[in-house]
Amino acid sequence: MELIRPTPGAESLAAHQQRLGPLPAVGSGELIAELEASGLLGRGGAGFPVGRKWRAVAERSSGNAVVLANGAEGEPLSLKDRSLMASRPHLVIDGALLAARAVGANDIIFYVGVEHRAAEAALRHALAERPADPRGRARIVTAPAGYVSGEESAAVHFVDAGDARPTTTPPRPFERGVGGRPTLVQNVESLALAALIARRGHAWYQGLGHGRARGIGLLTVSGAVNRAGVHEVAFGSTLSDAAAAAGGLNDDVRAVLLGGYFGGWADVDEQWGLPLDASSLRARGLALGCGVVHFLPAESCGVEATARIMTYLASQSARQCGPCVFGLAAIADATRRLAARSPQAGDLERIVRWTGQLTGRGACRHPDGAVALLQSALEVFADDFSGHQRRRCLTVAARERVAVA
Amino acid sequence: MGETMQIDRIRCDGHGLCAELLPELITLDDWGYPIITAAAIPPSLVDHARRAVDACPVLALRLASMTAVTQKR
Amino acid sequence: MSDTILWYATRGAGVVSLVLLTGVAVLGIVSAMRWQMASWPRFLTTGLHRNLALATLVFLALHIVTAVVDPFTALGWQAALIPFSSSYRRLWLGLGVVAIYLLAAIVVSSLLRPLFGQSAWRAIHWLTYLMWPVAVIHGIGTGTDPRFAWMLAIEAICIGSVVAAVAWRVSGVSHTAWRQAPAASPQARKWS
Repeated sequence: MELIRPTPGAESLAAHQQRLGPLPAVGSGELIAELEASGLLGRGGAGFPVGRKWRAVAERSSGNAVVLANGAEGEPLSLKDRSLMASRPHLVIDGALLAARAVGANDIIFYVGVEHRAAEAALRHALAERPADPRGRARIVTAPAGYVSGEESAAVHFVDAGDARPTTTPPRPFERGVGGRPTLVQNVESLALAALIARRGHAWYQGLGHGRARGIGLLTVSGAVNRAGVHEVAFGSTLSDAAAAAGGLNDDVRAVLLGGYFGGWADVDEQWGLPLDASSLRARGLALGCGVVHFLPAESCGVEATARIMTYLASQSARQCGPCVFGLAAIADATRRLAARSPQAGDLERIVRWTGQLTGRGACRHPDGAVALLQSALEVFADDFSGHQRRRCLTVAARERVAVA
Repeated sequence: MGETMQIDRIRCDGHGLCAELLPELITLDDWGYPIITAAAIPPSLVDHARRAVDACPVLALRLASMTAVTQKR
Repeated sequence: MSDTILWYATRGAGVVSLVLLTGVAVLGIVSAMRWQMASWPRFLTTGLHRNLALATLVFLALHIVTAVVDPFTALGWQAALIPFSSSYRRLWLGLGVVAIYLLAAIVVSSLLRPLFGQSAWRAIHWLTYLMWPVAVIHGIGTGTDPRFAWMLAIEAICIGSVVAAVAWRVSGVSHTAWRQAPAASPQARKWS
């Protein structure tokens, strides 16, 4: 286990350095090349190649860049970032320091969700353990609660102006971010993995995957499993492996939510052998995103589950763009009516129409993500949705059949 | 080099004058917010496009060349 | 004889300017209220608002020039450019000069809106609510003629229109209230 600590509590600087040795003296260009060769993908949700991002910031930096370690973790089903910061803060700090060296940054910001007390305390203590030099260049900024506060332009906006709402892009943070300077906004797990690759090389990282997949990562497994929580897996292992890592299933599974609310539903019947790696998932129109794997138990209704997610996502709009505010609210209302089996005539058609209208029409990708989730639900729970439009719930009917039998 | 219509989604207040002045490329959704074709503006419509940009009460629109632009509707 | 023509031209152009300015102000409020019909699109309101404003400038130019060159009033350009510097009806004339400067700021910032930027343009445009009453008071105060019924009627209609439009504006619902967060509802942050 590279990222997960077997014992509870935060790893001290001494233990960290004893386990991994000092921070490698690898230079900026070499480090970026190693990351690019490793194929490390970002873990915040977008999956953007880490090396390419560092290179883009480094090219625009004149020594004035900023590193923003993103530990806001706004995705409600995800626990990995706060766990990582709470248990191995020094690995995250190492990653941030290496990033600062690579992109030419003198300012390091750890952006931690306000509710993640253990993570913030661990980071604060860990920074205090460090010598004056890196400590003086680093600070912790508490991210306000909210789904979109972790969006990269929202993070920059909060650091600059105390307003955690996304801004219009371009320019993106890698061009103009905190204080107008090129800013690397990178998920804390990505930074931790970069810190390991810097010590052991890209070949080591690639070798950790199963089959043709490369690397390892953290998943937050929840739902119909015995040991819900954060688990470390090698990419290329399957959905069954993920369930096994979480103590095995404790119920029949109707569907699996991959990537959290910014991801999508997958029909699990066909997908138990699905390798969890970027290219296999992409070929099926899925993505690991921030690593959430939620197994929906068979007695839960997919329409109800989707209605609750859409209601949450609509409530989390930053309320800056009309299509997002009105579109998501309308979709959530109609989905809730469907879930309650009291739809208005044409609710399902309306949902399908609105879903086609929202992508790309907000300043950030929040409406896009909500729409993608709904589209996956309409596909995976197609029969359930038509049933609900006719005021019948297939899940309830199935439960009643089981009860009678 | 083609020009395309870009919109600042945060500024847009859904006034809808743009759709009145450039109905060939801009329609309004169910809540009065513009859906804008991402394609290049045909030369015959460029003047109308400029008028639509000027007419926006909150200056949410602008014309930009298509080279390094990610298309949004 | 020619003096009287100049005097009538000044008064006439002044009255026309007031009526046009009233129309401009009312159209501005109609535009802000987003009023429209199938046969009257929004751009018609905003287009008329702009064109009437520019037409007003023509009549204002006539009003000022004829007033300045009129030997009867002996105003001189200084009186037209520096507020409250005339010996003739110092206060009321001065208000007219103030109104002209306010209008100039509003017009210039509107013609060059992309240069000024939206916030500056908006802030300056709000000065309309100061400029129009000042212009009306200037008109009432500088009148030496006996108050003709038609003049009083025009003033009453102008003032009434703007008051009604402002009342409509103040009573209207905001079109941007959706940007404010609704009262926080206890939504469960985590589902399941």
